[in-house]
Amino acid sequence: MIKRLISRALPGVLASLALALSIPAKAQNEPIRVGFLTVKSGALAAGGRQMEEGLALFLKEHKNTIAGRKVELFTADTAGQPAVTKTKAQELVERDKVQVIIGPLAAFEALAIDDYIRQAKVPIISPSAAAEDLTQRKVNPWFVRAVGTSAQPMHPLGEYAAKTLGYKRVVTIGDDFAFGHEGVAGFQRAFEDNGGKVVQKLWSPLNVADYGTYISQIDTKADAVLIAFAGANGPRFLKQYREYGVKLPVIASMTSVDEGVLKNMGDEALGVISSGWYTAGIDSAVNKNFVHAVNQEYKADPGYYTVGAYGAALMLEEALKKVNGKIEDKDAFMKALRSAAVTNDPRGVVRLDEYGNPIMNVYIRKVERSRDGKLVNAVVKTYGGVSQFWNYEPKQFLANPVYSRDYPPAKNLE
Amino acid sequence: MRYAPSIAALAALLALPFALGNDYYVNLASQVLIAAIFAMSLNLLVGYGGMTSLGHAAYLGVGAYATAWLTLRLGLGPLGAGAAALAITTLMAGFYGVLALRASGLGFLMITLALGQILWGLAYRWVGVTGGDNGLSGLARPAPLGIDITGARPFYFFALAVFAVAFALVALFVRSPFGASLQGARDQPRRMRALGYNVWMIRWITFVLAGFWGAVAGVLYVYYNNFISPHALSLTQSAEVLLMVIAGGAATLTGPVVGAALVVVMKNVVSAYVERWTLLLGVVFVLIVMFLPDGLVPGVQRLYARWRTRP
Amino acid sequence: MGFWITQSLNSLALGGLLFILSAGFSLIFGLMRIANLSHGAYFMLGAYVGLTLLQRGVNFWLAALAAGAAIAILGGLVERIVLRQLAGRTLSQVLATLGIAFIIADACLWIWSGDPIPLTGPASLRGAVPVLGTHFPLYRLGVIGIAAVIALALWLLVEKTRIGAMIRAGVDDLDMARAVGIPVKALFTAVFCLGSALAGLGGVIAGPILSVYPGLDADMLPLALVVVILGGVGSLGGAVLGSIVIGFIYTFGNALLPDLAYVILFLPMVIVLVARPRGLFGRIAT
Repeated sequence: MIKRLISRALPGVLASLALALSIPAKAQNEPIRVGFLTVKSGALAAGGRQMEEGLALFLKEHKNTIAGRKVELFTADTAGQPAVTKTKAQELVERDKVQVIIGPLAAFEALAIDDYIRQAKVPIISPSAAAEDLTQRKVNPWFVRAVGTSAQPMHPLGEYAAKTLGYKRVVTIGDDFAFGHEGVAGFQRAFEDNGGKVVQKLWSPLNVADYGTYISQIDTKADAVLIAFAGANGPRFLKQYREYGVKLPVIASMTSVDEGVLKNMGDEALGVISSGWYTAGIDSAVNKNFVHAVNQEYKADPGYYTVGAYGAALMLEEALKKVNGKIEDKDAFMKALRSAAVTNDPRGVVRLDEYGNPIMNVYIRKVERSRDGKLVNAVVKTYGGVSQFWNYEPKQFLANPVYSRDYPPAKNLE
Repeated sequence: MRYAPSIAALAALLALPFALGNDYYVNLASQVLIAAIFAMSLNLLVGYGGMTSLGHAAYLGVGAYATAWLTLRLGLGPLGAGAAALAITTLMAGFYGVLALRASGLGFLMITLALGQILWGLAYRWVGVTGGDNGLSGLARPAPLGIDITGARPFYFFALAVFAVAFALVALFVRSPFGASLQGARDQPRRMRALGYNVWMIRWITFVLAGFWGAVAGVLYVYYNNFISPHALSLTQSAEVLLMVIAGGAATLTGPVVGAALVVVMKNVVSAYVERWTLLLGVVFVLIVMFLPDGLVPGVQRLYARWRTRP
Repeated sequence: MGFWITQSLNSLALGGLLFILSAGFSLIFGLMRIANLSHGAYFMLGAYVGLTLLQRGVNFWLAALAAGAAIAILGGLVERIVLRQLAGRTLSQVLATLGIAFIIADACLWIWSGDPIPLTGPASLRGAVPVLGTHFPLYRLGVIGIAAVIALALWLLVEKTRIGAMIRAGVDDLDMARAVGIPVKALFTAVFCLGSALAGLGGVIAGPILSVYPGLDADMLPLALVVVILGGVGSLGGAVLGSIVIGFIYTFGNALLPDLAYVILFLPMVIVLVARPRGLFGRIAT
């Protein structure tokens, strides 16, 4: 007992002594070991590369040092496959002995390692995975999210579409998988609570060859079309949509016109109104520096993945500063991480709620051409301090089923 | 001393976790064993039966999904869930076999691919049962005979026990008179028919058996990962296991095991050092085809024989 | 009414794309009995090569032809160096062609990053035109036309030329063809080049509709296989019919039975194969 007490207390005592004397203790000299789960091969590699860029930029800016300690980064390629993700997480934890993980990219990857993270008790910061339940009905004490849930920016978009844009009847189309389902559901709920009606809901398979068949079905008497796509599908849909000469305005989820895909799009994207927790067009000094730096390094504007990884690193820095770099004290570090409030994030102030999910600004954005001819998401309106529960009471929110293809039920289909 | 190599191999596999040390490598070894059972099951069809299937992930996937669903949603115990999952998957293989054996060659490959894709689509879309692309999680590892296999080493020995049984039974099967008639039906179907064999029945039984062992791999897979999602049913997974069989050496007992080790190690270990590991894997496959066209195991055996008898 | 017209045109346009994609696969399999599982990768690589040329300001049609030529050369090399040694060894061919597909897919990721990029179609085919009271994209009408031209050209090649006669003889009975002195080896290379060229060309033609992105290869390969199986391998007419039928099943199936979207191609295929293992229009046993 005494031995344990000493072994527990001694390092702390020594460390504070060392700190007081400005002589770093041995542990403090060792680098912090950070694991990074990303995707470098397969269909999701573009997002993985952007995450890697965001993190690399952060480390470069900080000269590879966080809270006074060097950082040793261990990067692993999950190939976008759940089973490999688990092995890679084990590689990072058991072989490389990392003390915190940033990653992974996809929701199903995060879910695949959820059990392992609980069992290994390793802090993990998600720079991308947006599945609602990770910070709602299946809260994991070791998991925090640097980005929002799938529906988090979609609630404000629903309100904006009904109140500001004055839409009454909207058609939705999205990828037929959880990320699409959750996004559309969040939009539908807020839109209908503000008096709008979702009159048609279309779902296209992820690997659909041709959107022509869906575009031809869109009810052209509706006021607008809401799209909720990820990866390559947003640009693919929009290109075909314009070719069919459909005149309905398009409102979109964050990833449908994300900066990562916008750079290769053309006039088909112009005028699309979307919502997200970030856009390269945010008019703040912090963001302008960030956008400038990303453009210097990678010749592109930052988007969903870049800012996700960068924000995750900022969150890590914030928590580490609070514990004076002592990541070895896992419980104190985790406590600091779960209560992180980041003020120097390009997105604005980002603070975590009690479920480990950010409360942050949500921007309503419109695709425009900047003066140099580049497509940008210009900020139209800012919703401050948006939580994953929007204006709903968390308890009631959580008592409902998780957002899905069938929830909330579509009562206004025509 | 017929069994000497097998006994030596088993002893080596038993000692392996102690040599590997780190849990990470022990877990990798467990994954190789699971993949090996999976590849062995496909080898019955592809190697010994001459039926190239591009949908074998169906059996691993359904076995895994059924185990997870029965445990999580119906509250069955691990033994009941495992046994029921094996039964369900084997029944499904029986039905799929009737459909797939209508065709041969490219047609067989396509029916198996189509059946696999249908299951993949079902896993994606039937969210109420499968959890969609978020999959099913929260499954705990069982405690067979009261032994806790949560840790890396206990699970390895559990997987090794299943693997050893599977390997022995598959070996017995292919060396049995039935196995001989299966290979006869592969090489000389007309002659076998003339001799009075029911070639269709021989193939169907093999198909079902391959499905059963695929399901065994699936049950292990889901207990290893504690998670199952549609990726396990994807065409990529089917192609990968087919490549394991062919690269290691189809119609050999140890070929699929070696092929499984090759692919698992490339995906999980080499990928940590070589960024373009997918490209490298492709190159390795092409090199195998060009220089060891029967696969790694027969190819290396032949090279070894040539080296021993060199002048 | 508009619904049926538009969806029928959609079906034909998709069918046209599928024909360009699968005609080469069918030719290769019909003559050489090789199920070329890297066909989807050739299609994607063609689209990427076309993309690079378009970005350099090359004319769209020229870019499409150049991409076809580039993939033809690649196909010829693969046939000469790798596949030639594997005649009659189905399993080795599977391993080799899948291995090549892995290499191409990862190389594309390496060279062109993973960003999804739409190809810009020719300026002359931009916009939508009124068709019987509804609007339809001009480019898709163009695709139907291009597919028809390619089909006609292939038909002329196979039915009216000496090479075509050799191909037909080879498809019907390879040993006999060899016996009567047809240079089978050279013919194999020629047909493999032609099939690869069609895949590469198809990638560029499809680019303005499908865009090019990692995973395009895996999305397209099953479609090619489905068409070929349904139409029956080695028959040009079968490939045409198979493409159109699949175009219609896919388009109308997705519109009318949205709940079955993920299985819309494979369910009918299983039914067809179970009922007629040789495919709907097939004449050769596979």
